[in-house]
Amino acid sequence: MIAAQELRKTYGSNIVVDGVSFTLGGGQCLALLGPNGAGKTTLLRILATLLRPTAGALRVGGVDALREPERVRPLLGMVAHGSYVYEDLTARENLRFWEIMRGGDAAPARLMAALTQVELDGVADERVRTFSAGMKRRLALARVLLGEARVLLLDEPFTGLDRRGRKWVSEFLQTFKTAGGAAVVATHSFGGGLGVADRVGILMGGRLLVDRPAADLSGAELHRLYESLTDGTEN
Amino acid sequence: MSACAKEPGRSAVSGYAKRAWIVLWKDFLIERRSKEHTNALLFFCLLLLFLFQFALGPDRDRLAAALPGLLWLGFILAGLLGLGRSFLAERENDCWEGLRLTPGDKSAIYLGKLAGNCVLMTAVEVILVILFAVFYNVDLWTPAAPLALVLALGTVGLASVGTLFAAMTTQVRARELLFPVLLLPVQVPVLLATVSATQALLLGQPLADVAHWLKLLAGADLVYVTIGLLTFEFVLEG
Amino acid sequence: MTRALGWLTALGLLVGLAAGFLYAPREAVQGNVQRIMYLHVPSVLTAYLAFGLVLLGSIAYLATRRPGWDRLAGSAGEIGVLFTGLTIVSGSIWGKPTWGTWWTWDARLTSTAVLFCVYVGYLLLRSLIDDPDARGRYAAVVGILGAVNIPIVHFSVKWWRALHQPSTILGPEPSPIDPAIGLALFVNWMAFTLLFAYFLSRRMEIARLEEQT
Repeated sequence: MIAAQELRKTYGSNIVVDGVSFTLGGGQCLALLGPNGAGKTTLLRILATLLRPTAGALRVGGVDALREPERVRPLLGMVAHGSYVYEDLTARENLRFWEIMRGGDAAPARLMAALTQVELDGVADERVRTFSAGMKRRLALARVLLGEARVLLLDEPFTGLDRRGRKWVSEFLQTFKTAGGAAVVATHSFGGGLGVADRVGILMGGRLLVDRPAADLSGAELHRLYESLTDGTEN
Repeated sequence: MSACAKEPGRSAVSGYAKRAWIVLWKDFLIERRSKEHTNALLFFCLLLLFLFQFALGPDRDRLAAALPGLLWLGFILAGLLGLGRSFLAERENDCWEGLRLTPGDKSAIYLGKLAGNCVLMTAVEVILVILFAVFYNVDLWTPAAPLALVLALGTVGLASVGTLFAAMTTQVRARELLFPVLLLPVQVPVLLATVSATQALLLGQPLADVAHWLKLLAGADLVYVTIGLLTFEFVLEG
Repeated sequence: MTRALGWLTALGLLVGLAAGFLYAPREAVQGNVQRIMYLHVPSVLTAYLAFGLVLLGSIAYLATRRPGWDRLAGSAGEIGVLFTGLTIVSGSIWGKPTWGTWWTWDARLTSTAVLFCVYVGYLLLRSLIDDPDARGRYAAVVGILGAVNIPIVHFSVKWWRALHQPSTILGPEPSPIDPAIGLALFVNWMAFTLLFAYFLSRRMEIARLEEQT
């Protein structure tokens, strides 16, 4: 689903992403670990076609994402720090807006189904301003579900969530994978559902230093590997 | 994949219209809920009335002579306040970015925003006209129809460029200063045209006398909206 | 290449100066103060050339995203503002002895002043954006709008003036009758164009070097 090749992003003399390559198939989840400033967000934004890389190639769903970002965007579902919600609209109205902007079908039944899936049906007509961070995150996932994304790009989805929230996101990812979607999850903490990852990557200084199947590494081994690479800079 | 296939002809047009409409709908809902924007703006119009009166002194005739200019001055000042905030809602929660990721012609967003701004500016205008008629005791009812035409053309002229520049300055430093600095010089022709036409109409001249101004306004409006539609995607990309 | 241009410009300006003050005759009606036209008219023509290049660079940048076009637009914009300022100041200097006032809202002066404001805004916008891509795009939009607006401004101001001043005040215009004056103007215009090209070339070079750091 995703084929990234030698992606590079520089700002002047500052190299943020340095020759990152990986492939990810449908039904797989790649967890990207790395400390703050490692380039995770930048890489994710490149994958989301929000940022043009300085060099490299990217194919998503078989389409050249750099040449034809418009064709690739319908496949993508991005949940970043911002979560794209309008605070003064209700959950339902937010979904309606984004779905119509996407050119999709905003039938009330569909909206309600998506809200139910993320357990927000009870607050469908409440303004988002009253939502917690976790609820806003869930609403963003509902938006992505509604949009029938095939590739999920999540930037720190576990931040600011309690244990229940984190479990919920992990389950969501599992369901998404089972349905054949691919997901890239960037995180800087180990607390968040690495259990759902098929592959684990460690991004440091813009470089993908590690890219291994999750099955190869136990939790402790991974932790040690990470520590050694980051010289114990804890976050 | 429902969203992937390119929908031909009519569907594409109705999809475009739908997106422009939903942007308008969203902004209307947000505005109605938060109310911060519109109420303050309308109150500002009232304040302007006092301002002009105090600035020009009690001489009735002097005020009457300056009236067309004051009307449009008030309108532009309100426009500077009202239009500059067009994209403020998009700054929250990265919604701007979300808009970038939506498929299709981005100019639909511009159109939706433009429509919303035109409605807002029209409301401001109506209030201003009523306030002027009441407080300055001017007969604005007789030339109402041709005046409405001038107002409409002037509104589109202001809102079209205002919406575009608002989108631009939302992401830039010194936004509050840069917006008027960019907008005002470009608005000069619209201002000259509307004031001249209004003045003629208030003096009782027929519509035919100001036809050249109306043509200028219509032409300018067409140019501004076209440029807005064509260049909005480059502004959004930010 | 730029150095050669520089020398050519210097030569051109000297020739122009000679043409304006030595070759061309003293104008019958206005006297020697008319000679400032040899500065004023070429300035405004060069300014229009500059803003035409801003338009070109802006459109080309949006179409190709090559930084070179944005450099052209930005550099031409700066120099254009410079020459517009020169136009206004020289027009004002001409105006004082002729009309008795430093400033008047005559059509041409007003249009030029509006033009000045538009492009100063353009430069301000450029100075406030650090990201070169965003700067190029936003500036291009303003550049295009500003340029397309020029004829609209021109007509609106002209008609507005006609309302308030039924008798036309002659703008600082060359008398079309005397060919010597015409020739002197032409020579100066060419010299100014060379000057513009020289400035542009230098400014673009600086911009290119700035971007590399």
